[in-house]
Amino acid sequence: MTSHGIRDLVAIAGMGCTRFAEHWDLGTDDLLLAATGEAFSSAGVTKHDVDAYWLGTAQSGMSGLTLSRPLRLDGKPVTRVENYCATGSEALRQAAYAVACGAYDMAMAVGVEKVKDSGYSGLNAFGVPGDGTQRTLTAAAMFSMVAPAYARRYGVADEDMRQVLARIAAKNHANGARNPRAQFRREMPVERLLAMPPVAGSLSVYDCAGVADGAAAAILVRAGDAHRYTDRPLLIKALSLVAGDGRGVADPAYDYTTFPEVAASAADAYAQAGITSPRQELAMAEVHDCFTPTELVLLEDLGLADRGTAWKQVLDGTFDLDGELPVNPDGGLKSFGHPVGASGLRMIFEAWLQLRGEAPPGRRIPADGRRSLALTQNLGGYPGEMVSFVSILGPP
Amino acid sequence: MTSRGILGWGAYLPARRLDRSAIASVAGGGGGTGTRAVASYDEDATTMGVAAARLAMRGSTGAGAEASAGAAPTPWAPWTPRTLWFATTEPPYLDKTNATAVHAALRLDPAVAAYDAVGSVRSALGALRAACDSADPALAVAAGLRTGLAGGPDEASGGDAAAALLVGTGEHGPVLAELLAWASLSEEFLDRWRIPGDPASRRWEERFGEGRYTALGAEALDAALAQAGIAPAGVTTLVVAGSAGPRAAKAIAVKAGIPPGRLASQLEEQVGNPGAAQAALLLAAALEALSDGEETIVVLLNLSDGADAAVFRTTGALAGYRPARPVADQLNQGLPISYGTYLRWRGLLRAEPPRRPAPSRTSAPAARRALDFKFGLVGSVAPDGTVQLPPSPLDDGTRPMAETAGTIAAFTVDRLAYSPSPPVIFAVVDFDGGGRLPVELTDADEADIAVGQRVEMTFRRLFTADGIHNYFWKARPIRQGPAR
Repeated sequence: MTSHGIRDLVAIAGMGCTRFAEHWDLGTDDLLLAATGEAFSSAGVTKHDVDAYWLGTAQSGMSGLTLSRPLRLDGKPVTRVENYCATGSEALRQAAYAVACGAYDMAMAVGVEKVKDSGYSGLNAFGVPGDGTQRTLTAAAMFSMVAPAYARRYGVADEDMRQVLARIAAKNHANGARNPRAQFRREMPVERLLAMPPVAGSLSVYDCAGVADGAAAAILVRAGDAHRYTDRPLLIKALSLVAGDGRGVADPAYDYTTFPEVAASAADAYAQAGITSPRQELAMAEVHDCFTPTELVLLEDLGLADRGTAWKQVLDGTFDLDGELPVNPDGGLKSFGHPVGASGLRMIFEAWLQLRGEAPPGRRIPADGRRSLALTQNLGGYPGEMVSFVSILGPP
Repeated sequence: MTSRGILGWGAYLPARRLDRSAIASVAGGGGGTGTRAVASYDEDATTMGVAAARLAMRGSTGAGAEASAGAAPTPWAPWTPRTLWFATTEPPYLDKTNATAVHAALRLDPAVAAYDAVGSVRSALGALRAACDSADPALAVAAGLRTGLAGGPDEASGGDAAAALLVGTGEHGPVLAELLAWASLSEEFLDRWRIPGDPASRRWEERFGEGRYTALGAEALDAALAQAGIAPAGVTTLVVAGSAGPRAAKAIAVKAGIPPGRLASQLEEQVGNPGAAQAALLLAAALEALSDGEETIVVLLNLSDGADAAVFRTTGALAGYRPARPVADQLNQGLPISYGTYLRWRGLLRAEPPRRPAPSRTSAPAARRALDFKFGLVGSVAPDGTVQLPPSPLDDGTRPMAETAGTIAAFTVDRLAYSPSPPVIFAVVDFDGGGRLPVELTDADEADIAVGQRVEMTFRRLFTADGIHNYFWKARPIRQGPAR
């Protein structure tokens, strides 16, 4: 496979992100206006300055009209994209390529999801008419199979495993508590997390991403133009997307302790960005912690921990806000919430704040001259059949 | 004329048993002693019929060996039924044939005719007789779910089960029990009846029906024995099924001059009366009890809206016949179910549904395109030899998986997902000889599931949406019968 990447060709010139919450009083239009409005002001531009738009939403609307109507965009190219829970990242990817190839001077990537109008708790995908043989299991249950598989493979005692998962949730809750845009803003001590009743396998609701409404947006320009809009642009170092062939679901060799699509997208992104030692080179990572065991396995698939060691490093605090490599400093899906189409751009937003030194002091990652890069990792699907996105962002 | 009779059978008892003594404290009366068999929430007459028919096809004449080896069935093996009859009083569909789903699950050739005989208990005897009357091999499948109102006699004495009889001549396979005579009497009177759509049957004062059935049963029995040239004293086993209970059966035996001790058990202590399935179930149980190779005379007497008496003479081949899953084994493998869960499963107790959207209906064209996988659990074989489930359109090879056992590689319990009976117990199943299917488990209690557990595939109704029953396969733990 050839993957040249677009390293340092495209810059993020402005961003916006709503609070993620159960926005009973805000609809999709309101969320889109809020996030894009903040992004326009952030870059000091108007909707007329943006040449083309990519809107990511999993199921809050169809077609570009979902964005062009509320924003009153007249005669602009607006494309709606969908790629499971990696939808927001996919919007960014399309917009970035459009700018990189010179088709447009300025593009916007927007992600939105209005999930709390459904009347149900949790996320519920639209049914595609089918033959009735498809699984109807929840994502929580599918990912719950990762925890015992990991524990068995690496000889982690059940009790230790519960501690590790609770530690991941506690970390993300602690970070979210310091983030005014996060859905859940209360710290959750490990002891309380351990006492929660299971809902899927050994996972409790506190092992699951928050379910929230929200939107996020990014304005992209050519790297050379970035300083017209901001003193501190963020350059795109790598964008990678891998869609698996789904064989893990039907392959007896697949053991639920790794996500090969994630490892492949990480390898591609590191090559594009010229990263050889992610654990040493990254200043932070935003990863797709849809469930606590997902974050555990991602740490290894992304090369942030050696195989079979992430659980120990989680307990050691390596990935805490003040640890060696902060992971999900904004609270992650766990406490920031997971409006499907917006989450990928929300991760970028945290990199935007942290790398530019704009994160509130309470959750600012330690400044380290040698580390200046951020990674975002966003996935959609299930163990054995997923799409995985990895980006690397950094200063010029 | 070549002798014609039974080539094989399959009897299916659902896993759950309701303890009748649990009924009265909730219903305020009723119940009794012993247990009744209870179909799972994901079973109906069609799925139980499939289970019995699979056992009949497997037990009989080499069909099992072939299927477990994973080969495609030979559509026209000598024993392959040319006609499939499906009888039940609880058809999952009206207007639409139910037998076609059984036909599809058995992966029978399209040229095998599939017909329903549904509505009355007696239709099962009509279907069996039609099967016996045809020149070609035929499979008569009967399934019954007996649900009465809470605390009533049908609830306690009814049962759920299915049974299938494969009939044919010596040209089709070894005849195990030759049909010597069949006498039938029809009479219109009201003993048990039900308006379509009603949840339970109604009965006239029982002594009226008992009187009529005693008279009709004795008369049909006399006629059949005379036709067969068998003296009443020559009857080894008298199987009495239908509307009359053990008391009427005894009276008939006395009246007909059948010596004491020849009446077969009606399995009322463990199973209950499974309606349309009772005649074939009790006949199968009786034949299993006789398989010592002696020539014996077995009479099946069914009493419903008249009487049908069929006289069979067992052959030496019976001793060599190994039913795929003997009734006696299944009697000993019941799992308990609470009365509350039973009521919920039968829709007699409305419970709060899971707070998740109910699944949408199955697409008719999509289901037809996926017929082999959805109903027959046929996977594909990739060029590298791996089994693909669901089958891939890129593969040429096919592999039927329904008769292949597997092992649980991983499992989880989903308390959030929609299910007619939460929680969903879900497992990743690795099949012997290759292939993996993440699939729902059934007939299982979550505390008993473990990685490494052996499972078998079972055809079930996953849910019903917009009046469309969604049939597909689940896995269930293999329960070892006592050593035979």
